[in-house]
Amino acid sequence: MMKKVHLDYAVGTPVDPRVIEVMVSFLRDKWGNPFSVHSSGREAMGDLEESRKKIADLINCKGEEIIFTSGATEANNLALKGVAIKMRKKGKHIITSRIEHPSILEPCEILEKMGFKITYLPVDKYGIVNTEKLERAIREETTLVSIMYANNEIGTIEPIKEIGEITREKNIYFHTDAVATAGKIPIDVEKEHIDLLTFSSNDIYGPKGVGALYIKKGTKIEPLLHGGGQERHYRAGTENLPGIVGFAKAAEIAKNEMENEAEYLLKLRDRLIDETLSKIKYSFLNGHPEKRLPNNANIRFLFIEGESLILNLDFENIEVAAGSACTSRELEPSHVLTAIGIPPEEAHGSLQITMGRWTKKEDIDHFLEVLPDIVARLRLMSPLTPEDLREELL
Amino acid sequence: MSRHTYNEKVLDHFRNPRNVGDIKEADAIGQAGNPACGDFLILYVKLENRILKDVKFKVTGCPAAIATGSMLTTMVKGKTVEDALKITEKDVEDALDGLPSGKSACSNIGVKALNEAIKTY
Repeated sequence: MMKKVHLDYAVGTPVDPRVIEVMVSFLRDKWGNPFSVHSSGREAMGDLEESRKKIADLINCKGEEIIFTSGATEANNLALKGVAIKMRKKGKHIITSRIEHPSILEPCEILEKMGFKITYLPVDKYGIVNTEKLERAIREETTLVSIMYANNEIGTIEPIKEIGEITREKNIYFHTDAVATAGKIPIDVEKEHIDLLTFSSNDIYGPKGVGALYIKKGTKIEPLLHGGGQERHYRAGTENLPGIVGFAKAAEIAKNEMENEAEYLLKLRDRLIDETLSKIKYSFLNGHPEKRLPNNANIRFLFIEGESLILNLDFENIEVAAGSACTSRELEPSHVLTAIGIPPEEAHGSLQITMGRWTKKEDIDHFLEVLPDIVARLRLMSPLTPEDLREELL
Repeated sequence: MSRHTYNEKVLDHFRNPRNVGDIKEADAIGQAGNPACGDFLILYVKLENRILKDVKFKVTGCPAAIATGSMLTTMVKGKTVEDALKITEKDVEDALDGLPSGKSACSNIGVKALNEAIKTY
């Protein structure tokens, strides 16, 4: 059987073998609890703090500013609910964007039910948040701005530093969801004036079940989980040490290899985008052509539907994701594609292609070789295909 | 939705849909679905003595929409109008040995298109 071509790294990255190697000893031998006073506890505490430092290095913060969580979802929940609740006496207004991940948008909905006001900023056709609109949205009661570093679906990178400068000047906390960004491009929380930042292990070739929230020293935040006082009382519960050690190794590798990897992936990405758009008529890039993550391509193909595209690619051993998700009643276009102004029927024909550490030139060759025929076949049977294009395809 | 949730029969009709295309001098044409919701189908019928002499369809949509459209055309071709109209969505789904849950409601739109076609004829 032909080797699988995995072009769906955004959904999950394989664990780097170097990470697994480090983790195994923590599962087998070093099972101490960092909270114990005896020697294996102390040893575990040392490993925990060393990991914290390595993870902090990836975003240029201090080790003690890293709080471990069960993943990015928890970190996003902690940032939003934690700041909102702790700061509620100052005000009950939060600013975010329409293209955030559900683990931002859904906590916002809950906060709205609790009486908080949320402003959902629109984005332009590339998915970029308008900083002037953001500045105008800030009110006396605003306590937090949460804008993702880069979008996980369309790869668009937001003007983080400018946002950080605005929030710093207005004395408002700035949180950014950097799950799709960390390890792909350099992040510097100090230079970019970020107060809280979410990232996770399983998006940087580490194990699942570990994430982190960077909380700048002095930031006021209420914990979600109360109990044994771990993580300096910000997050109770025994630390997942094997996971954290794996996360740290993954962060260390990412820091060392990010520059070369990004350069390599950028070439593959641009070739994939350029050749797809030139080989296939009526195909368009979703997101920004330059301000985008080096591993992300998101392309829409008019007149056809995504799941059929994906299934046909799967028959060719290529794994990619769609721009729409099938709910029980109908096809729901991605909220991100909707926010950048793509009509539903075009959003349905979108593919999200994300590359990663083990993507080979041959993988892209294979994708580019089979895609035009698949698109043509679906277009030939589509009632939406214009007659002149149909004749060309025959 | 992964390929494993579709059975072999559905996958066969998805990969090799029968009776795709249009009929230039169709006696009846019907459509169903909506591109904005993902699935859209047009059915063309050539009638002779109230018999569905030829049936063709065009579709855009998920694998279930393609497979059910294809299966329906094979089921009604050669039948009288009366018999063709007796075929239900459930019959099409059964002929395909079933669809993944949630797929039958939105994507099984061929029967509706056929009814539209005959109604307007």
